Amino acid sequence: MNLFLDAIAWILDPANWSGVGSIPERIGQHLLISAIVLVIASLIALPIGVLVGHSGRGKDPAVMVSGGLRALPTLGALTLFALWLGIGLQAPIIALVILAIPPLLAGAYAGLESVDRRTIDAARAMGMREDQIVGKVELPLAMPIVVGGIRSATLQIIATATLAAYVADFGLGRFIFEGLKTRDYAEMLGGSILVIILALVVDGGFALTQRIVVPAGVRATQSTELRSGPARPRAAMGRPITEGNQE
Amino acid sequence: MNWLWSNLDLVGELMLVHLALSVPAIILSFVVSVPIGWLAHRYRWSRGVLLSLCALLYAVPSLALFIALPPITGLSLRSPLNLVIALTLYGVAVLVRTAADAFDSVEPDVRQSATAVGYSVTGRFWGVELPLAGPVLIAGLRVVIVSTVSLVTVGAVIGVPSLGSLFTDGFQRNIQAEIITGIVATIALALALDWAAVLIGRLLMPWSRPNVATSRAQSTTLVKQADVA
Repeated sequence: MNLFLDAIAWILDPANWSGVGSIPERIGQHLLISAIVLVIASLIALPIGVLVGHSGRGKDPAVMVSGGLRALPTLGALTLFALWLGIGLQAPIIALVILAIPPLLAGAYAGLESVDRRTIDAARAMGMREDQIVGKVELPLAMPIVVGGIRSATLQIIATATLAAYVADFGLGRFIFEGLKTRDYAEMLGGSILVIILALVVDGGFALTQRIVVPAGVRATQSTELRSGPARPRAAMGRPITEGNQE
Repeated sequence: MNWLWSNLDLVGELMLVHLALSVPAIILSFVVSVPIGWLAHRYRWSRGVLLSLCALLYAVPSLALFIALPPITGLSLRSPLNLVIALTLYGVAVLVRTAADAFDSVEPDVRQSATAVGYSVTGRFWGVELPLAGPVLIAGLRVVIVSTVSLVTVGAVIGVPSLGSLFTDGFQRNIQAEIITGIVATIALALALDWAAVLIGRLLMPWSRPNVATSRAQSTTLVKQADVA
């Protein structure tokens, strides 16, 4: 347990809270990169996922892409892009975007597919246009699963951004790799504890969001009964929402 | 390609090391998760607690877990056992929820019938519930296989050799072929183990048509997850 006390002492040491490469600066970098990656990956994956989930077309390629990318070892992708693109932030950003796409894509199409077909038919029968069906019926009902996908993508980005410090000078992972190099276990463990806290706080935020985004009407009538199951069979893949490599 | 031909021995050796790290973690996580998942299924009050703990565990980044474990277990950071324990924890985090859902997917009528024809609680578990939960369990195991094989490579940055060593070595020495070989070998290993799991599932459960059963079970898993969330 002494090692943990050392690590906590390292975290609380005022010397680590100011100057270049201080704890607040590293946390800021970590969050900023994660946010940039999440926005880029969402802009790519969410529209495609919504389209696939709404139309039911192109599901097989979507499943293949999201399943296949999952087997890709993140460290391999990071180092390969770093060799291709050189030192800097482009390599980790591109690698992180690629790794964040599968859970976002899976969450979006699984979410839209989970909407009861009868509800959609009813909306269409009432004269809603296709874009109204997507925007006013399918998306609100699918929101908990879509947010679930964003949640798992974000966790993965935060985790992988730690690893990305191996190829670039940014984020909380730097403390871990500096500590490894100088055999300073307190710094290494302190960095790890900060990363774990960051991940848990963000995850907690998303857990809360997932509760909030359930439409009031659904909450009032208990969602379990409304969503009796889709007529169309669902993607035969793993569990798209929570899976993904945590690295 | 030249790099691969002159280093075939190294790649083969690392592949075996990689297998020796991932297979014990996969099997251990399965053995540990099934009873915990059954508890979560059997006792309502334990479900929320157990599943929340698993979700928390799963949110911990792997590199941080690799470093945070040794002070608790007393192992060395570079010990392969440390890596196996960390990977087992991740496997458990994923599989407990699947196992709970798998046991939930057994029809209550079937369970009552088993009791009615005289099964004891343990006999019912081994003879009825476990076989019927099997297809969903195998589906969860396949997810764990792919993620575990991929996660083992992260151990290379803290000095546990595996196919991930090809990434760190290739990066430091600027050899693209080495990294690409590592990626291909890791994916091939994951697919081979995945295929083995499917095969074992078919041999043990010849009555289930894996594809149909799996997709159906998983679609309920998805909806349930959404509701729990």
